[in-house]
Amino acid sequence: MSGAQLIGAALLVPVIGACGISLAGRWPNLRESITLLTAGTLLACVTGLLPEVLAGGRPALHALDVLPGIALAFRVEPLGMLFALVASALWIVNSIYSIGYMRGNDEPHQTRFYVCFALALAATMGIALSANLLTLFLFYELLTLVTWPLVTHHGDDEARRGGRTYLGFLLGTSIALLLPAVIATWAFAGTLEFRPGGLLRDAGLSHAALGALLALYMFGIGKAALMPFHRWLPAAMVAPTPVSALLHAVAVVKAGVFTVTKVIVYVFGVETLAAVRAADWLPTVAGFTILAASVVALRADNLKRRLAYSTVSQLSYVVLAASLLAPLSIAAAALHIATHAAGKITLFFAAGAIYTAAHKTEVSQLDGIGRRMPWTMGAFAIGALSLIGIPPAAGFLSKWMMFQGAASAGHTTAMVVLALSTLLNAAYFLPILHAAFLREAPAGEAAHGEAPAPMVIALVLTAALTLALPFFISVPLALARAVAGIGP
Amino acid sequence: MTFAHLPALAITVPLVAAPLAVLVRRSAPAWAIATAACAFSFFAAILLAAEVAAHGAVSYPLGSWAPPWGIEYRIDAFSAFVLVLVSGMATVVAPYAWRSVAAELPRDRIYLFYALYCLSVAGLLGMTITGDAFNVFVFMEIASLSSYVLIALGRDRRALLAAFQYLVLGTIGATFFVIGVGLLYLMTGTLNLADMAARLQDVRGTRPVLAALAFITVGVSLKLALFPLHFWLPNAYAYAPSVVTAFLAATATKVSVYVLMRFYFGVFGVRLVTGTLPMAEILLGLSLIAIFTASLVALWQQDLKRLFAYSSVAQIGYITLGVSMASRDGLTAAVVHLFNHGVTKGALFLLLGGVALRAGRATLQSVQGLGRRMPITSLGIVIAGLSLIGIPGTAGFVSKWYLVLGALEQGHWWLAGFVVLTSLIAVAYVWRFVEAAYLAEPGPGAPEPGETPLAMLVPAWILVLACVGFGLQTSFTVDSAQRAAALLLGGGP
Repeated sequence: MSGAQLIGAALLVPVIGACGISLAGRWPNLRESITLLTAGTLLACVTGLLPEVLAGGRPALHALDVLPGIALAFRVEPLGMLFALVASALWIVNSIYSIGYMRGNDEPHQTRFYVCFALALAATMGIALSANLLTLFLFYELLTLVTWPLVTHHGDDEARRGGRTYLGFLLGTSIALLLPAVIATWAFAGTLEFRPGGLLRDAGLSHAALGALLALYMFGIGKAALMPFHRWLPAAMVAPTPVSALLHAVAVVKAGVFTVTKVIVYVFGVETLAAVRAADWLPTVAGFTILAASVVALRADNLKRRLAYSTVSQLSYVVLAASLLAPLSIAAAALHIATHAAGKITLFFAAGAIYTAAHKTEVSQLDGIGRRMPWTMGAFAIGALSLIGIPPAAGFLSKWMMFQGAASAGHTTAMVVLALSTLLNAAYFLPILHAAFLREAPAGEAAHGEAPAPMVIALVLTAALTLALPFFISVPLALARAVAGIGP
Repeated sequence: MTFAHLPALAITVPLVAAPLAVLVRRSAPAWAIATAACAFSFFAAILLAAEVAAHGAVSYPLGSWAPPWGIEYRIDAFSAFVLVLVSGMATVVAPYAWRSVAAELPRDRIYLFYALYCLSVAGLLGMTITGDAFNVFVFMEIASLSSYVLIALGRDRRALLAAFQYLVLGTIGATFFVIGVGLLYLMTGTLNLADMAARLQDVRGTRPVLAALAFITVGVSLKLALFPLHFWLPNAYAYAPSVVTAFLAATATKVSVYVLMRFYFGVFGVRLVTGTLPMAEILLGLSLIAIFTASLVALWQQDLKRLFAYSSVAQIGYITLGVSMASRDGLTAAVVHLFNHGVTKGALFLLLGGVALRAGRATLQSVQGLGRRMPITSLGIVIAGLSLIGIPGTAGFVSKWYLVLGALEQGHWWLAGFVVLTSLIAVAYVWRFVEAAYLAEPGPGAPEPGETPLAMLVPAWILVLACVGFGLQTSFTVDSAQRAAALLLGGGP
């Protein structure tokens, strides 16, 4: 198939899958087979695009003209390729996990769950492959809307409150800040097409205007969870754990930092921003978010909440790295999207497995659980070590590049923030491992074993991926370096 | 039949259909006549729009009396666009009426409903197509009188009070309008709009002309429910039969906006309206208050028809906000929102009619659990609601895009901020429905499981799909609106 056909397929396959899932609602086994088949087909389509992109090609698809001069169009560049690969590959694992989780916990409305999940992936593909800001914005909003039913899945008061916070922050920031930024970009530049070097390069904007516009973008992209617009992410934890795992550790939040990176590299242009020093405030905000969120994570007893704040912090790593504007740090930002995804999804999988097998949600309840659920907690350990940045796990690579980038940019503060936050990461992850493996389980506790097999298989797979990623790093690294404009 | 007489036929066919519907006195043939007449007008409007797009404005001297002495029907980019909206909505709503009216009206009055419906369609189309100031008044009265009765047909007794309220205010509006037209006639000696515009150049700024501008502004503002002259609208929409609410919400206020823009830019001219008098500032201020307060009031409504009626007052504020900018993008936004909002509100009220059929009244209480009881209806309301908010990929987004662009190009950052922030209030009131329909368990007043009948669901969903279609494929709406804006700013009608 040609590039354009593959792009069309990547967008349509999840939608067709969603239709099939809703039709097969009465036959759960058929329904789940359709989900797996869809996820597999999607990964095949996305992988099909890879050789051309690695070879320097930019497959494109022009769907239709929405407004005069602004099309609904798609164009695959390295960053989008990387994001699409990560999301579609992890969807397969997540689907296996979902089957175990949804059945193991006897969740209601499972058909709706799988339908919305497939649609969320379609929206994610739209974001990843978009060729201009309008297309990106359209799918960005769509992703918020189709994930809302997943966040409010349980339909109780807590879910309703979480849903309101979720929608309020995400739609609020995107409509009130991001949309004006997009329209202003159109008014200034007369185009919304992403282009290397930045589409605003020749717009002749003043320093102040560029700075204001950048602020609108950075805070308008609420999915990147830059403080003070991060509260939707912990609120989204009311969702079933597979949703937290794939959407609120990978697809939705990565759509945020992906958009941030895309805006910095392809809308403003690294040179433009560096020349007028319009982005100088951004590392400070990102650094603050990294440290503050880590401190909150340290104090959170609820496991999913701790992971959510860890995500807030890790997202700002990407923003920080991108905002340093050094080629190496840009590449590190792109790479971190992939490495954090593999690590964090493992952690959420483990949290969901603990909940399903032992009905435990708090960190303080985890004493001795490592002996009852060795596979789960083993995977958790690998994920945690990766996020702390200990070799040979994948997280080490992106963090190392970030350090190098910060050093090459001469940004000492950023280096200090990175070092401090590594300590904080260790401080909120290691006690969990300590409790799980080295403490005795409290006496008189009901015996339980591992979670259902599909869940264990899924989390072992992602943990293995975290360990194996350094051996297959050449592909993501090549894509990440291409984003930053560094030759292979 | 030749195409030359299409402009006259587009109006006279529904006009003649009205007495025919009365003559047959039975509901089925009356329905068939009304539907056929609306479909014919729609067909004619599309042909005329194509003709205008290809060869420019069409002038039709009624009875072959040459303008400016005779009455001229004039179809240009703007009026053709509004004609398509009005006749298109009439054509979609008519098939829907079959089931809805049968459920809501006494059997022996159904044929009267169709007669009045045809009159109302003819009146609205006439207001749009005519190029004669007094003729606008005549058609305005035809449209208004028929709509008073249509509202009064509602089965709730409060419909009578609502209709009476509308009658009093509407008549005051029409009277003000005709006083304004009289003053203009006094100063120019002509009633033809184009001729009037040319002759006004000599007497621009004189007291009677300014008085005429004031009278026409107030008169038409009453009709289009501009804040603070909107009090008739929520009651009228809430208590009218479902079909009537949908049709009037989609067309009546929009045609009044059309008349206002016609007079502002086509007759008085932008220099007089914004230069001599601070009309732009007044309109801007009132629009802002309308958007803000009506959106907030909508947030507190329990009755969904009333909720979306207040939302209409707010959305009309967005249209007049575009008018007040008096710039190319501002007018494009106004014209395109006039169309998009008509389609969106039409879809919403048609779907609410389906809910009312099953649940008696569409309130936030009775729609609890609607997502499972009536999934297709409910999904339609959500999609149309997204268009109301202005989510990308829906018609409402296109309007918002041009409105914000217009504000930015005038350097009014605060205005762009205002537009996007107030659309967040729309998120809040639309989401009150979503939460009730999808997160709440069905309460005591909830409808029994069962979808809206197909005869009602299909027309409603045509409009829902149009909300999405006109959000992704905007060549018709945006091109028409841009040509209309260029025409309005270019001078004469």
